Amino acid sequence: MSEITITIDGRACKSPAGRTIFEVARTNGVYIPTLCNYKDLRPVGSCRVCTVRVAGRYMAACTQVAIDGMAVENTAPDLEDMRRSILEMLFVEGNHLCPSCEKSGNCELQALAYRYQIMVPRFPFQFPVRRVEAVAPKLLLEHNRCIQCLRCVRSIQTEDGRRIFVPQNRSRWRKIGVDPRLAAELTDEMALKAMEVCPVGSILRKGVGFAVPIGRRKFDKTPIGTDVAEGLPR
Amino acid sequence: MLRSKDIVQRHPQNPAALLDAIRDVQEAFGHVPDEAVTGIAAHLKLSEAEVRGAASFYHFFSLTPRGAYAVYLNASITSWMAGRAAVAQAFEEEAGCRFGEVTADGLIGLFPTSCIGMSDQEPAAIINGVVFTRLTPVKARHLVLAMKAGKPIERMVSEWGDGANQSDLVRAMVSNNIRKRGSVIFGPFEPGSAVRKAVARRPEDVIAEVKRANLLGRGGAGFPTGLKWEFCRKEPSDLRYVLCNADEGEPGTFKDRVILTEIPQLLFEGMAVAGYAIGAREGLLYLRSEYAYIRRHLEAVLERMRQEGLLGPQVAGKKDFSFDIRIIMGAGAYICGEESALLESAEGRRGEPRNRPPFPVQTGYRNRPTAVNNVETLCTAARIVTYGAPWFLSMGTAKSSGTKLLSVSGDCERPGVYELEFGLTVQELLDIAGAKDAFAVQVGGPSGACISRQGFGRKIAFEDLPTGGSVMIFGPWRNLFEIVANFMDFFIEESCGWCSPCRIGNSLLKEKLEKILAGRGSIQDLRDLEAWGKNVRALSRCGLGQTSPNPILSTLQNFRELYEKAVGGRDGFVPDFDLTEATLEAARLTHRLPLLEETSHE
Repeated sequence: MSEITITIDGRACKSPAGRTIFEVARTNGVYIPTLCNYKDLRPVGSCRVCTVRVAGRYMAACTQVAIDGMAVENTAPDLEDMRRSILEMLFVEGNHLCPSCEKSGNCELQALAYRYQIMVPRFPFQFPVRRVEAVAPKLLLEHNRCIQCLRCVRSIQTEDGRRIFVPQNRSRWRKIGVDPRLAAELTDEMALKAMEVCPVGSILRKGVGFAVPIGRRKFDKTPIGTDVAEGLPR
Repeated sequence: MLRSKDIVQRHPQNPAALLDAIRDVQEAFGHVPDEAVTGIAAHLKLSEAEVRGAASFYHFFSLTPRGAYAVYLNASITSWMAGRAAVAQAFEEEAGCRFGEVTADGLIGLFPTSCIGMSDQEPAAIINGVVFTRLTPVKARHLVLAMKAGKPIERMVSEWGDGANQSDLVRAMVSNNIRKRGSVIFGPFEPGSAVRKAVARRPEDVIAEVKRANLLGRGGAGFPTGLKWEFCRKEPSDLRYVLCNADEGEPGTFKDRVILTEIPQLLFEGMAVAGYAIGAREGLLYLRSEYAYIRRHLEAVLERMRQEGLLGPQVAGKKDFSFDIRIIMGAGAYICGEESALLESAEGRRGEPRNRPPFPVQTGYRNRPTAVNNVETLCTAARIVTYGAPWFLSMGTAKSSGTKLLSVSGDCERPGVYELEFGLTVQELLDIAGAKDAFAVQVGGPSGACISRQGFGRKIAFEDLPTGGSVMIFGPWRNLFEIVANFMDFFIEESCGWCSPCRIGNSLLKEKLEKILAGRGSIQDLRDLEAWGKNVRALSRCGLGQTSPNPILSTLQNFRELYEKAVGGRDGFVPDFDLTEATLEAARLTHRLPLLEETSHE
């Protein structure tokens, strides 16, 4: 397989051909933030937090295949502000009350907000009225926190390929619906996986909570992204 | 009694049949009941959530009853300009329910809908698939009375439009309003001429001719058609497809409707020419649900072409070239005009765009190379093959050859379809259409640009003002902000919701606009509008989101003074509510003096 070289903020990054900009960055120790992208799942480009700039054009690093010679901008201040604006949009779109959320400290949206030093969103809160769904015996669906990353949609299926989590409606009314019949048959392992793939506190395992105390969680000690690259944005 | 189970069983046990099964159930029952969801899921081996997901995506499908008569009254700006408010009120009063509701007895449902392609004859509505144009409050009341008397919907149409609208297979009250016939689309057409010309040459030569003619896609994006066909032909594959995009949903456009009504054979020949050029055996016409009333007519034309040997095995006597065309129905979703969403929908799923690359010419319908072309593009290609590239290049401008169909609506004396050479100015068009005192012209629909008088000298051409064909004219008495707000509502309704900037950003832009309209805006709000709009444009995943802020960005640029007047020189933070008013009730209850608003801006 042929090898390609791209630059990310001027730094040369080598990779086998055919990888996405996101993958090339990660293997070269360059952090590009994301919410919807997840290991081994087909990228969908839904959150747009990984947006980078190539020759003045904006593209999602998770879906755009790296082409030899590409000069990728990743941390330009205006680009970082655009990413921050997406995070802020996600916060105002739903009802995110971190202090009472079981995922606090493990939540990637919260962690990115800290990384991007968001104090107050520039947008007005939408305060949508969303129902919490408890139909599945093992899972609780907290739609107030859903950011529609489609990770659950992609990773949880029946053995014969039917989807248990499926987008319903469209536009601002779009939500991730759960199939009550199939969700009732979820194994413990699948239920746990559903909760784990969720970047926020939208899919919760019933019957357990706060097993790891606040203060000892994933992003409590080190900011998100520092496992890929040292240093934080300005 | 028809059972949903029987309807479902008629379809192949394949997930690709999902939308067809939902459509049949919807047509039979007026909605998709729970038992049908279960039945469809079991039959197609899908989860019920997948069936509901698809049904809930499309505007004309519903999981709850929509009424024995479901009235879809167009909510686009041209409808409002032609008196929609009074018509809607008449419907509501006579029916006894509000828009968005169904009457208690389940007889009548009233719903707003995005542009139905009748902008030159508004207000218009679709009731159980039948189109009613030029509605008035009196007509609306008569319609409701007829519904209450149980009259079949077809019999409520008392007058038919012009041309093929009068034919037995259409019988619609729709008017074509062809105001200007050019020589490409509406020139004299000898049936069979394009297909015969094409198959007499090598496919590569057909592509070369189209490339020489510099034919650019007529949907608005302007991609070179010959190049698209070449990519498609060169992509190794056992099968290839031609997919005609007849889902014109851009508010204000209706020219494809006229082509489909009057010269469908030219289109079908264009599809056969494309099929021959790329090496496809099958063509698909994705017809928007709003135009379902033309379908029987189209099927009859296809059948006649088969009998005449212009479709089917050995097209026009050409050995080794068999080609046929199948119609696929849409179900109400503007986003399906985006080619990859169109593919998703054609394959029976939610019409959400795909990530690109790969492009449809590489991986399209059923993962095979697919040439997705606009209706007008295919018709134009048929003509180029017939008359040759030099003939075509003699029309239009150096960069935009040929003619363009324009759907003209709004404040003018002669709304309708115009076929004009590229390069004419907006002012020339206004003169031809009889728009004496236009104040603003929306070129290319809401996703295009709003032009002020300073821009009336600009040319309609790919190099200056590109357009898929929608031209809406606004007189000086119109409120520009109402127009912009209507366009934003359209995008909010029609976004698929896949990516966050478009799903969330458009609502935020609209909210900010409303703040300004309410007289509570500041210069800071104008700066925000611009910055947020540019973010949505840059960050969105597909063409819908990348153009959805255009109504705001374009008017901010061309009608800046109106915005500045609306904010009255205020700068900095102005709250979007009145503090005094908001605290008045609490003050009264607690016998305190109401709080006075500090940032008084009167």
